[in-house]
Amino acid sequence: MSKGGKTISEKIIEAHVGHPVKPGDLIITPVDGVMATDTTAPLALKAFKAMNGKSVFDKDKVILVLDHAVPPPNERIANLHRLMRIFAKEQEIKLFEIGEGICHQVMVEHQYVKPGDIFIGADSHTPTYGALNAFACGVGSTDLAATMMTGKIWLKVPESIKIVCNGKLQAGVSAKDLILHLVGQLTISGATYQAIEFEGEAFEGMTLASRMTIANMVAEMGGKTGIVNPKGLELDYDYEPIYPDKDADYKKIFKFDVSNLEPQIAAPPSPDKVENISTTEGTKIDYAFIGTCCNGRLEDLQAAAEVLKGKRIKDGVRFMIAPASKSTLLDAMNDGTLQTLIEAGASIITPGCGPCVGTHQGVPGDDEVVISAANRNFRGRMGNPNSNIYLAAPATVAASALTGEITNPKNV
Amino acid sequence: MVYVYGNNIDTDRIIPGKYTKTLDLSTLADHVLEDLDPSFSKNVQVGDIIVAGENFGCGSSREQAPIAIKQSGVSVVIAEDFARIFFRNAINIGLPVLEIGKHDIQIGAEIKYDLKSGEVHDLTANKKYTAVKLPQIMIDILEEGGLVAYLKKNKTYNLS
Repeated sequence: MSKGGKTISEKIIEAHVGHPVKPGDLIITPVDGVMATDTTAPLALKAFKAMNGKSVFDKDKVILVLDHAVPPPNERIANLHRLMRIFAKEQEIKLFEIGEGICHQVMVEHQYVKPGDIFIGADSHTPTYGALNAFACGVGSTDLAATMMTGKIWLKVPESIKIVCNGKLQAGVSAKDLILHLVGQLTISGATYQAIEFEGEAFEGMTLASRMTIANMVAEMGGKTGIVNPKGLELDYDYEPIYPDKDADYKKIFKFDVSNLEPQIAAPPSPDKVENISTTEGTKIDYAFIGTCCNGRLEDLQAAAEVLKGKRIKDGVRFMIAPASKSTLLDAMNDGTLQTLIEAGASIITPGCGPCVGTHQGVPGDDEVVISAANRNFRGRMGNPNSNIYLAAPATVAASALTGEITNPKNV
Repeated sequence: MVYVYGNNIDTDRIIPGKYTKTLDLSTLADHVLEDLDPSFSKNVQVGDIIVAGENFGCGSSREQAPIAIKQSGVSVVIAEDFARIFFRNAINIGLPVLEIGKHDIQIGAEIKYDLKSGEVHDLTANKKYTAVKLPQIMIDILEEGGLVAYLKKNKTYNLS
């Protein structure tokens, strides 16, 4: 069956291990970077010490980020943050402080991850770096500790599947609508253990930020990693793009024409319960949220501001915004986006994961309905199992905040 | 006791994010499966078994999910299949997991299992299942009792 060509994932892995690989092979590969957050690092540091870890494998390649519960809502979490600061100081490694931003955003902004890298993050949305033509996997705390210590990880070379999207998205339809549609089509287990490659016209014109939104939700299909074909990818620095061979082997190829796609909504309680907005329009909402590693970037805030310019959100609706990073916050301040959003009724919270992880900064009440630009809407996700979360693109969240019900941004 | 749950049990339902930020791991067991089966944490006993459908443990990378299950006393999770990070995490912390494909095990069934052979015997329905064989490195990690013990001993990974 094998045609001999290589997928992007196979090429990146081969460049790291120095020998040919095929899907199913077990390999031990060196990594180019390792990252953990305040949810996963405390356990990882404990495991690192228990493994007799003395020093990290490379001071420049191990990064800690305070983002999941920032600023800390209680003394327990404050002490976990303290533990991370002490470790970072001892090991002389980089720690991104409270308010610097979400781990995935700061890894990309500060170039800790680059095209062609293998990057391991103790966060399930680590595949986000597939936007950068990198092979990035999420792991848990103990795997992370082992990689911090050895600079290596064992992996099974994944089978690759390809998602081809032909056609251009209509104006007002965003990368988030596209990836929600794809998650709905493939389902929450549709890419389990596999590497996804995204290619086609719909991706080629996308900004890095939009590509990050696409690769981010690979996690919601169970993928090990997901890489956007680098055709059209523009970065601030020179890089060598890695394309798949023409005769690469894919377990499956999915083809979609997305030129008529309308805004998409994922209904509770699963990111794959995706519907066209026309079927959920009119659902009353109490709370709108824009932020997260999926949709907290400048272009997302700008899309919301465009909908809200000179308008005021519906009375009785609250609207929280958590910029993805401090630099996003600054950019949005400098170009007036922030002023538009605040004047429209938004509250701006500390850059970080915000209310997405249900720890603080906006837990919904019983029977309340949230429309969120995040990537997950599992029961209890935002801290209350008796609330319901709909996922949507930032423009849809803004339009819904305006009317108090799920609304197509085209109609406001 | 055998508890049976459905497909796509996500990590938010295994242990909500609000409880994950702690190093006091015994507290995790107080909230395990809270938003899926609120009585579970009160009723579960050492040696009980969780049986589930496909994609068990999807969602977050939080290792607190398998830790919460292990802390509750559950001896093994048997599922049609698992989400990959959960699966790795479970092996790494020494929680046995068996992937047996489609099954019709019912709540309260009497089950015998053998981790070495991967055989799962539903005595109530008199049906046998065989778990997918783990890669050798995972067997080595499990036999050491988890990845911490494995690396303490070996200092690095070995593919034997």
